[in-house]
Formats: sequence, C-alpha cells, structure tokens
Amino acid sequence: MANPKAYLSPEVFSKDVKKTPTRNGYGEGLVIAGEKNPNVVVLCADLSESTRSEYFQKKFPERFVEVGVAEQNMASLAAGMALVGKIPFISSYATFSPGRNNEQIRTTIALNDANVKIGGAHAGVSVGPDGATHQALEDIALMRVMPNMRVLYPCDAIEAKKATKAAAEIEGPLYIRLAREATPVITTEKTPFKFGKAEIFWSASGRSADVTIVASGPLVYEALLAANKLQKQGISTEVINNHTIKPLDQKTILASVRKTRAVVTVEEHQVAGGMGSAVVEMLAKNFPVPVEMIGVQDRYGESGNPEELLDVFGLTSPFIKKAVLRVLKRKQP
Amino acid sequence: MKEYSIAQLEKKANEIRQDIIKMLVKAGSGHSAGPLGMADVFCALYFAVMNHDPKNPGWEERDRLILSNGHICPVRYAAMARVGYFPLEELKTLRKFGSRLQGHPERKKLAGVETTSGPLGSGLSQAAGMAYVGKYIDKKNWRVYCAMSDGEQEAGQTWEAAMFAGKNKLNNLTGIIDRNNIQIDGYVEDIMPLEPLRAKYEAFNWNVIEIDGHNIEEIIDACSQAKATQEKPTCIIAHTIPGKGVRFMENKFEWHGKPPKPEEAEIALRELKAIGAKITGIRK
Repeated sequence: MANPKAYLSPEVFSKDVKKTPTRNGYGEGLVIAGEKNPNVVVLCADLSESTRSEYFQKKFPERFVEVGVAEQNMASLAAGMALVGKIPFISSYATFSPGRNNEQIRTTIALNDANVKIGGAHAGVSVGPDGATHQALEDIALMRVMPNMRVLYPCDAIEAKKATKAAAEIEGPLYIRLAREATPVITTEKTPFKFGKAEIFWSASGRSADVTIVASGPLVYEALLAANKLQKQGISTEVINNHTIKPLDQKTILASVRKTRAVVTVEEHQVAGGMGSAVVEMLAKNFPVPVEMIGVQDRYGESGNPEELLDVFGLTSPFIKKAVLRVLKRKQP
Repeated sequence: MKEYSIAQLEKKANEIRQDIIKMLVKAGSGHSAGPLGMADVFCALYFAVMNHDPKNPGWEERDRLILSNGHICPVRYAAMARVGYFPLEELKTLRKFGSRLQGHPERKKLAGVETTSGPLGSGLSQAAGMAYVGKYIDKKNWRVYCAMSDGEQEAGQTWEAAMFAGKNKLNNLTGIIDRNNIQIDGYVEDIMPLEPLRAKYEAFNWNVIEIDGHNIEEIIDACSQAKATQEKPTCIIAHTIPGKGVRFMENKFEWHGKPPKPEEAEIALRELKAIGAKITGIRK
C-alpha cells in the first residue's frame, strides 16, 4: 500500500493522473531559489524554453545569462561566476551538459569544488521523436563518478521543484537530471523531500515485504504501478524513491533490503554506471543479495513516441513486475 | 602596494627565473620554456599592475588573475612567493607529495591561485564569468586578467569565451597571450597556424595590443591601456622567447615540457645570474 507518510497524490492510480514534465518543476524551482537568494544566476545554452530556464529569465533578466550554443564555455563561465560568489545553474540537454562539456565540469567545477548546479534536461529514451543523439542515457554515470559532485533525479515535477530549491542551498557541485516528457505527478507538496534521504513510497501492509524496488526519476510511477498489481497477486514490495543518487541513502536502502533480501532497481539510464549500479556497489559491500536491474541494456535510444520507447526498452510496469518475479525465484530461502 | 622602478622589476623577473630553474631541477619534472618566457609578464602583474594583497588572498576587492595554461605554474608560484604570498622556501616542494604547489595549480590547495587549471582552453571562460559578474551583477571595480598560451588558441572553447566576452563588452577583462610559438609537438605555426591572430581577436570585438613580452614597461603600459578601454575586452599578445634568459633553452620547443638536469641547471643559473648582475637601471 502507498505509504501514508509519503503523502502521495490520491490520483496516482487513476487513469487521468495529472502529467507535467519534471523540467517544469526545475523552472519553478529556479524562480523560488532566485527569490530566496540574490546570488542565484541562471545560464542557458540556447535552450531557455526547453529547459524552462525562461521562467527565471522572465522574472530576473539581470541574473540570466544566455551563452549561445556553447556548453563548454557555459560550464566554465559558471565556474568563474561561482568563484566570485554566485550560485550558477547551467541549463541544457543532458547529452550536451554534462555530456559534451564533461571535462570542463570535471576540472573547473568538480575538482575546483565550484558551487555550480547542472540541470540536464531531456534525459532518457522518453525524449521520444528526437532520437538517440538527444536521449541522454549515460549522464548519471558521468556525474556520479566525479568526487565532490552530488546527483539528484526527481520523480516528478513537484519533487523537481523541491530538488532545485534545495540545490541552491547546498554548497558545492550538483547535478539534477530532468526529463522532457510530461509524466505523472505522483507526489504532493506535503511529500517529504530531504537531500540525501530516500523515501519509502510503497510498503507491505501487515507483513514484511518480499522484494525491495529502488527506483529513480519518473519511472518511480511505473514501479508503483507494478507494486500495486503485485500486491493484488499476493506479492508485497517496498518501493523506494531514490531521488538522491549521490550521496546514496545507504541507511534507508539497507534497512529495507535486510528485510526483503531481494532487490529490483529501476531507472531510465544505462544499467552500467547508473543508479542501479550505485545500489549494487553498496549492497555488494554490505549485504549481497540477488538483484535485477531495469534500465537500458547497453544500447542507444531511437526515434519513436515516448510510451512506445519505454515499452521497447523494457522500462514499464509489466517489465518491473517480471523482474520482481525473477528476483523472487533467485532469493535464498 | 609598494612602487618599483623598471630596473627593480627587471631584477625581480630575473630572480623569478632563477627560482623557476631551482624549482624544476628539484622537482625533476615540469615545464621549463613557458615559465621562463612569462617571467616578465608575471613579475609586472604581481609587482606593478594588479591590485591585490598577498597577506589577504581572499580580499574581495582584489583583481583576479586566471592562469589558463596551468602547466606554466612555476612562474606564478615563484612570483607569488617573491611578492609575499608564501615563503620562498616552499618553492622547493613543487610537484612533491603533500605540497600546496601542485604540478598544475589547484584552487583548494593554494590560496591565491584563483582556480584549478591544466586542461587547456577553459581559463578564458572562467575569467569571462568572473568579469561578467564584476561588471553587470555586482558592479565592482576589480579587474580580471587571464594568462593564456598561444597553443591553447587552437582549442574551440577559447573562441567560445572570446565571443562571449566580445558580445558582452567585458572591458574589465584583459587576456594576455604568451605568443612564444612553441607547443609540445613543435612550432605553433607548423602544428596549427594562428595567424592572423590579432585580426581574429579584433573580429571578435576585442581591443588588441601587441607587445614585446620581455619589456616590462610595455607590459605595464598595455595593461594601463586595457584599463582605459571602454566597451571592449583587451587582448595583449605578448611576443616572448620561450626559455628566455637561458641560451640553450631559448626558442626550442624541446624545452616545452621538461626540466633541466642538475648540470644544465647550473649553467642556466650562471647565465641568469650574469644577466641579473647587469641590471643596473642605468640606461646607455
């Protein structure tokens, strides 16, 4: 059952659940951060409408910097701005930033420990018709491997707003992963959000769960759908919304896995190096158990409509359900 | 800041060159030609041009100096030590484990280096970011200097930054290019020609001044002209001799990325001391 302490939207399982892209939440979060702190500045590389950084641009034109199609310059400009006391957010598509400008981020932001926030929009195959060049599937790996870098992946627009606001208050480099497509709004303003603290969105009622599902991003919704269906079949799961991929909330994940001893990870990213990998690395060291990983299996995306692609790439609730059944079979008695 | 005569500055630059040789021979690795070539520029910046306080490296009103081509950091370290940021003695620790003087400068290791650099082409962007904040957001009087190599003018990011600075009329930004015509693999004009470099920067809406990078008066004058320039960033193309002051290193790209052996260092120091002794301040 949905964890009452998570205050999820009562519409989660309704057919007409409200849908909003997480990038909208980013745009709204930027405005809130800008209102709270005059040092917040926003840079954009010719994608102000797409990344929703235009919300900030309209409100604070004097603190918005258009850099043109120059993501490498944008990363280092922001580093320079941070070194003189600003809190820059750089906004682009994730394939370009942190993709194209990866070395600039490594040297001038991460190693430099400059207080820059990177907003990477259009992550995942659900970008849709634009095709593989614009569907970032490696960005979590690129970012989480860098010392000093934090990685956030909000599950819906409301959480993206909270995450963006929180990012401005955290000192140091940080990456926020965002999506293009409108996805279900599963949380509410009351849903707890604390940087570095994973939240249990679904738990077993009356008994211990059989499997832990750790999900990040809009696919948390698919994980909840799977959990709901499985419960009707008598299989109970615990669904963790793992919005902070780095630093990983080891405590919450381990507490759940110690009870269930079986894990499914869910993300719209390559399985190599992503959120699931972070969980697996942590479990291998602390509490090795069978794991099934839902994610992109070492291939690039392609054009199509978002729902179709999520199915083709095996990322929707039926696949999560099957993964739960597979991991149950592997579970030690 | 104390005021120095040109002869005193030339003497300081000579001492900085000797420091560089001593540091490199002790480190056993590092770059020789570039640091020696830029000794006059760094000496002028730290002892005459910049508004800064060695005892308070975090002073908010200071001018900022970004060293984009981080590999010539021995010249920066030596100039910083000479002007009082840290004891001269510490120069010996260059490139050693635990040292604040990393092989390529790191902001978090040593106060005053302003940023971390090494990978070429990202310094001008950072300098432009600072200058943008200084000019448009915080409206401050401090200036930003960015020392670059000529080799890194081959990097695309340099021109992204040049375009940004030109568009935004960052007249509080001064770029100084060490035009020594060498890079690791050979002579710059053979590897990837930059000329006409002046016309390139002018086309990007920069004010360009070409100088003899070993003439301290010219360096100071060019920086003053940059300060007086409205509506445009200034690019000072400093024509230098790589390895300047040590005859067997001068103009040889082979000395770009290696340190002198002890016996070579001895010869180099002897030459530099001889030059130093001739700096009297009396014009003939």
